[in-house]
Amino acid sequence: MATNLLSDSEIDIQRRRILQATAFGAALLTANVGMARASKPPMGRVVIIGGGYAGTTAAKYIRMWSLGNIETVVIEPSSQFVSCPLSNLVLGGSKTIHDLTFGYSMVSKHHGIQWVKDSVVSVDTNAKRVRMSRGEISYDRLIVAPGIDVNYDRTPNLANAEAQTLIPHAWKAGWQTVNLRKQLEAMPDGGVFVLTVPKAPYRCPPGPYERVCQVASYFKQHKPRSKVVVLDANPEITSKKGLFNLAFTQTYAGIVDYRPNNELVSVDIPTKTVTTEFEQIKADVLNVIPPQLAGKVAQQMGLNNIDKRWCEVDFLTYASAIDPNIHVIGDSVSAGLPKSAHMATSQARVCAAAMVALMSGEQPDPLPVFANTCYSFIDDQQAIHVANVYRYDPAKKVMISAEGGGVSTAASAQEGQYAFAWANNIWSDVLT
Amino acid sequence: MLTMIKAFFLATSLLLSASLVPAEESSTINIQNQQSHTRILAASCAACHGTQGNSVGITPTLAGLDKGYFVTQMLAFKRGERSPTVMHHHAKGLTEDEIQSLAVYFAQQPRVTHIAPKTEQLKESHGH
Ligand SMILES: Cc1cc2nc3c(=O)[nH]c(=O)nc-3n(C[C@H](O)[C@H](O)[C@H](O)COP(=O)(O)OP(=O)(O)OC[C@H]3O[C@@H](n4cnc5c(N)ncnc54)[C@H](O)[C@@H]3O)c2cc1C
Ligand code: HEC
Repeated sequence: MATNLLSDSEIDIQRRRILQATAFGAALLTANVGMARASKPPMGRVVIIGGGYAGTTAAKYIRMWSLGNIETVVIEPSSQFVSCPLSNLVLGGSKTIHDLTFGYSMVSKHHGIQWVKDSVVSVDTNAKRVRMSRGEISYDRLIVAPGIDVNYDRTPNLANAEAQTLIPHAWKAGWQTVNLRKQLEAMPDGGVFVLTVPKAPYRCPPGPYERVCQVASYFKQHKPRSKVVVLDANPEITSKKGLFNLAFTQTYAGIVDYRPNNELVSVDIPTKTVTTEFEQIKADVLNVIPPQLAGKVAQQMGLNNIDKRWCEVDFLTYASAIDPNIHVIGDSVSAGLPKSAHMATSQARVCAAAMVALMSGEQPDPLPVFANTCYSFIDDQQAIHVANVYRYDPAKKVMISAEGGGVSTAASAQEGQYAFAWANNIWSDVLT
Repeated sequence: MLTMIKAFFLATSLLLSASLVPAEESSTINIQNQQSHTRILAASCAACHGTQGNSVGITPTLAGLDKGYFVTQMLAFKRGERSPTVMHHHAKGLTEDEIQSLAVYFAQQPRVTHIAPKTEQLKESHGH
C-alpha cells in the first residue's frame, strides 16, 4: 500500500541514504573498537578449556562485559554443541538428537571469540601455556570448564567403547543417546529396561528420574507390557521426590519399579545382567549411569581436591583452591550446588564478571546472587520444576539456597511449554 | 514499503546509538563494575527470559518493562498475590532492594529480537 506513495527513484534515494547511514554506523563501530584498542591495549588473554554450557557462556560474557577488551579463546574438540537438557526426550521419542545439536559459528562471530577446534592435552601452569593435540597457546588467565568424566572403577569391564555400545551411559548427549533409543525401539514388548543411578553428587540430580519417565512414557504408548526397573544407589529419589514418586506410582503404575538403596556391584556384559548388594537382574536394555568426577583435564591438573572428584573454588571468582590463577566452572565444581546447565551458566557469568574486574584492577562482586531452575519432563508434554535463588554466604564462603525456593505443585502442560521456552532461551543466550 | 523503510531507519539509528554506547562506556568500566551485582543477578534470568531480558520463547520479555509494573509484579509473586507457575520461587528469594535494582536494569535494556541458533544434523565425527 504505502509503496505507491514513493516512486522507484525516491525509494532508490532512500535506499542509498540507508546504505550510507549503515556504512557510517559500521565505520563508527570499527572506529570504536579501533579507538578502544589504540587508547587502551587489550586487558589480556583468557583461554577457556571446553565449549559446553559453562565455557561458552563465560566466553560470551567476558567479551560483552569487557567491551571487547579481553581477548578470549575457547578450545573445544567438537565442532557441534549437543544439549544434554532435553536429551531424555530423545529416549521418549518426542525429540531427535538433531533437534538438540547446534554449531558455534554464531556465538563466536557475534562476540569475536577465537574458537579453536582441538583438545587440551596438558597445561604448564608456571609458563601459563596450554598444550593441545595440534599446538600451544599462552594465557593470562585460564578457565577450566570440561564438564564431567565418567568413572568405571567399580565396573571396569564397561570402561571401553565396545562395552558402551552394548551398555551406553548416554550421560553426555550424542551418539550414545541415539544408540540407547535404538535399543529401546528394538526391544520386544514385555522386555525389561534397567537403569542404575549412582550415589549423589552426579550431573543433573533429577536427570535419571526424568529418564525413567521418558522411557516409561514410550513403553506406556508402544510397549505396555514392558517394565522399567530403577536400581538407585541413593536411599531415596534425590530431586523432586514427591512429584517423581507420583509419576512412578500413578502415571506409570505397573511399568516403573523403583528400588532405592540398591547400588550396582557388577555387570555381566553378554547377558546384560546386573548384580547389586541384594539381587541379580537380567535386562533386555541396560543403562548404567556411572559415578562421575571432574573432567579429565581438571584431574590431570590436580584441581579435583574434594574426594579426589570435584574441584574446590572461591565462589566469588571461581578461582581454584589449588591454583588461584586458574578458574573452574560448571559440573567440575565441587558439590553443594546442583550440577545443572542453568547453574553452569550462572557460575560462568559470576566468573566472567570477576575476570573483567580482576583484569582491570577492580573488586569482584562480594555478594553474588543468582537463580537456578531445573525442569523435568514427565511425558512428551508435561513438566515439573525445582527453582531456587542462591546467595553467597560470606561467613561460610559458599552459595546457599535462599528461602522461598521449591518445586511445582503438579506436572502440567503449561510448565512443559515454559520448559521448552527455557531451552530455547538458554540456547539463544549461550549460542548466539 | 514505507513502513519497512521507516523501520530500517529506526534500526539504523538504533545501531548508531548502540555503537555510541561502547565508546562512552569504555572509559567507565568502573561504573559498570559497581553495577556488577545486579548485572550478574539479571543475567541469571536469561535462561528463561532471554539475553538482557529479550525472550525468544513464550516467557515474557523483561527488556524495556516499566519499572513500576516490574516491581508490582515481582512483589505480587513474592506475596503470593499473582498465581504463577515458577516465578514465586524466584521472587521470594530476592530482597526488595534487589527487585528495585532489577526493575531499573531491565527498564534500561533495549528491546531487540534475538535470533535462535540453528539446529544441525549431528555429525558422525562427534565424540561420545
Ligand atoms: C540426561 C541429562 C539431562 C539433563 N537435563 C538438564 C536440564 O533439563 N536442565 C539443566 O539445567 N541441566 C540439565 N543437565 C545437566 C547439564 O547438561 C550439565 O549440568 C551441563 O552440561 C554442565 O555444563 P558444563 O559446561 O560444565 O559441561 P558440558 O556442557 O559437558 O561441557 C564440557 C565441554 O568441555 C569439553 N572438553 C572436555 N575436555 C576437554 C579438553 N581436554 N579440551 C577441550 N575441551 C574439553 C567437552 O567436549 C564439552 O563440550 C542434564 C544432563 C543430562 C546428562
Ligand atoms: C525458570 C524460568 C524463569 C526464571 C529463571 C525466571 N523467570 Fe520470570 N517468569 C517466568 C515465567 C514462566 C513467567 C510467567 C509467570 C509464571 O508462570 O511464573 C515469568 C514472569 C516474570 C515477570 C512478569 C512479567 C510480566 O510481563 O508480567 C517478571 C517481572 C519476571 N518474570 C522477572 C524475573 C526475574 C527478574 C528473574 C531473575 C531473577 C526471573 N524472572 C527468572 C520464568 C522464569
